[in-house]
Amino acid sequence: MGKLTGIEVSIACSEAVTLCDVDVIAAYPITPQTHIVEHLSEQVAEGHLDAEYIKVESEHSAMSCCVGSSAAGARTFTSTCSQGLALMHEIVMIASGLRLPIVMAVATRTLSAPLSIWGDQSDVMSERDSGWITIFAENGQEVFDLTVQSFRIAEDERVLFPVMLCLDGFHLSHVIEPIELESKEDVQAWLPPYKAKYRLDPDNVLSMGAFAMPDYFSEIKKQQNEALRGTLPVIKEVFKDFGDRFGRYYEPVTRYQTEEAETIIVMAGAFAGTARLAVDTMRAAGKKVGLVTIKVFRPFPFEEITEALAGAKTAVVIDRALSVAGPGGPMASEIRSALYHEQKKPAVVSMVGGLSGRDVFQEQFIELVERAEACVASGKIPQYEMFGVRE
Amino acid sequence: MNEIRIHGRGGQGAVGAAEMLALAAIGEGKYAQAFPSFGPERRGAPVVAFCRIDGKPILTREPIREPDIVVVLDPTVMRGTDVAAGLKRGGKIVINTSRPGREIAEQYGFTGVSLATVDASSIARNVLGRPITNTAMLGALLKAESVVKLEALFTQITERFPAIAEKNIKALQCSFDETRIEELAAAKEK
Repeated sequence: MGKLTGIEVSIACSEAVTLCDVDVIAAYPITPQTHIVEHLSEQVAEGHLDAEYIKVESEHSAMSCCVGSSAAGARTFTSTCSQGLALMHEIVMIASGLRLPIVMAVATRTLSAPLSIWGDQSDVMSERDSGWITIFAENGQEVFDLTVQSFRIAEDERVLFPVMLCLDGFHLSHVIEPIELESKEDVQAWLPPYKAKYRLDPDNVLSMGAFAMPDYFSEIKKQQNEALRGTLPVIKEVFKDFGDRFGRYYEPVTRYQTEEAETIIVMAGAFAGTARLAVDTMRAAGKKVGLVTIKVFRPFPFEEITEALAGAKTAVVIDRALSVAGPGGPMASEIRSALYHEQKKPAVVSMVGGLSGRDVFQEQFIELVERAEACVASGKIPQYEMFGVRE
Repeated sequence: MNEIRIHGRGGQGAVGAAEMLALAAIGEGKYAQAFPSFGPERRGAPVVAFCRIDGKPILTREPIREPDIVVVLDPTVMRGTDVAAGLKRGGKIVINTSRPGREIAEQYGFTGVSLATVDASSIARNVLGRPITNTAMLGALLKAESVVKLEALFTQITERFPAIAEKNIKALQCSFDETRIEELAAAKEK
């Protein structure tokens, strides 16, 4: 292992973007994403990064600039969260429809109302049908590594999709921790400059974002759908190649203590770190409990999730987002649906909590496991429950 | 693992103190984590910052509920906040105060812990010319418990405040030298 540097996770993200030598950054500051774009603005102003930093008047404009610059063949980055991502939404769909390899870091935060600046995953869950590759980081090292890998994934000619890298607002973005940063030479040797296969070029004219009549729209959408589903093998290939080069390997779905586990906690993001400690405590007490973390959420890793959960009796899916009056937490209802036709599958118990920055403590994970097991034992499994709420 | 909770008011450098401590520990080859009580920054409002230091990677994302050490940059926060909340038995409280430690212990009912006191406000005013006590209080913390080496903090101060590093190092050293430590007996079982 190389030298660990103490650094704020937001700054590590910006450092990774700098090492990736992006051409264009268009962004609008919003808490808790601010440190990411603030540092990038400094990097450009101080000459550490030769890029255009476009200061825009809104997130809608930020993503519009990104679409234009990526269409022109520039390596493009932006970052936002919450209401900013919501305001961007219209153009978020366009970026993926046009197959533009933009990378966006989302310092995940809840959505108003009530007005709140604190973190959960409501914002990115509202974009889950937008056609972006969506990746969740669990800690600062993953934020750094996955930022670098996101460009390589997005720009692969077999992919050409934008990537949304989710890091928990505050619980990751505002924490200083030790991170192994790679050198500019090593990163740039691994990530060659972006050469767009298709780009807007006055000397070689093509159209992007053309009008599609009803007699073509469905065919184009089907192509987009199949293309995005087909990116999973490439993502795995990039993860493997990154691991071979830098020694840190990633998987679309990770398993912790899942061997012979009767109950498995399923979740994404930073709180999984706390859950690991709770799993250790439960294992030490002789309980067969494991943890599965979702790293790649889009394309949805059907096989990996099915396999990881096949042996368990109960899966407790923890969502930091509420699908108001829906069938369960967003991740839980997708997992439940994905498992529906499987012969060997656990009962899926959907638990929603950790909203708007509310902490989830180790003992709560243990309580959630006990509650879920009791539900399954009684045969009365709720569609979903909210936990850690005063009543 | 050493879990440290720092209480102060917005603008006094509680968050900066937690950060310098974590960076110093990481510089020494340890694992560490520093983060503020998340939210908007408001000058003058009570602020809490957290720092964990360990010999192995730190996985938890919880705030610190049961600290080993509590540092109070500004004694006025103690009027509205129970700074000793959750403090481990045998833990340490490090307070910026001009009053005798015994008096503070009696007033707030501290028992069964180690109390370190220093008049960091006076030191900061004399040495830095401003009542910002975070670097001075790091000196007091190190006197109470050697969580990192003094030199490791000097390095952090030099990187963070290149123009006023010397004064801040002096404030830290001065506070380290002047900090008084009293072991408070445990409360009698009733």
